[in-house]
Amino acid sequence: MQRTENYMVMEFLSRSSNESFARTAVATFAAQLDPTLDEIGDIKTAVSEAVTNSIVHGYPNTLGKIVVKVRILEKNTLEISVRDWGCGIENIDKAREPMFTTGGEERSGMGFTIMESFTDRMRVKSSVGRGTTVVMQKRIAPRMR
Amino acid sequence: MEVIAMCRERTLELKLRGELDHHGACGLLTKLEREIESALPSELVMDFRGVTFMDSAGIAVALRGWQRMRELGGSVVLRGVSAQARKVLETAGVGRMMTIE
Repeated sequence: MQRTENYMVMEFLSRSSNESFARTAVATFAAQLDPTLDEIGDIKTAVSEAVTNSIVHGYPNTLGKIVVKVRILEKNTLEISVRDWGCGIENIDKAREPMFTTGGEERSGMGFTIMESFTDRMRVKSSVGRGTTVVMQKRIAPRMR
Repeated sequence: MEVIAMCRERTLELKLRGELDHHGACGLLTKLEREIESALPSELVMDFRGVTFMDSAGIAVALRGWQRMRELGGSVVLRGVSAQARKVLETAGVGRMMTIE
């Protein structure tokens, strides 16, 4: 278990207008690790995908609660968890496959692939009817001053 | 997000402005298809210089443009793509289907 050096938690309604708010808030909190512009881009993109998944797939015909928790762990590691209490994922392996989507033609099916390739580690816990939690970790390279 | 369409000599240029995420892309696919159908271009240029953020919603938009242009026998150019947006597009191999500048 890694020691938590700092954390923040935020809760918001699954409205699509909160996608921008969520990724910007996480990136602003992560700024204390002095990330590069590329790393900020990776964090924002991964958060955007996770939060959009909860909005589109977790709560498809309803509005619900989304909780984002960000922890700063030892060794400059950022841990981001995105949790919803929506309908859950029946087959996680299938959902993680590139180009697989149940979201219709406006979705590309690349959400999990992007979360995986833009962070160092990603875990998905889900239970049908109870919700989904995505936990991502990303190490921010220390910069020479 | 805002879209400005301009057509000249069978090149349809779409200037995109704002954040291209699931929220911002709402209605964008319909707008894209409508512009292509009325212009019937031989080249589609999507100008990303005004796009301040893009996630996988942008992949769906680029692929839809590519599909429609392939049906017309034309090509697609994505112009002014930021490093962040390029990385997103490359996870889906979009660069193999169209020019990313």
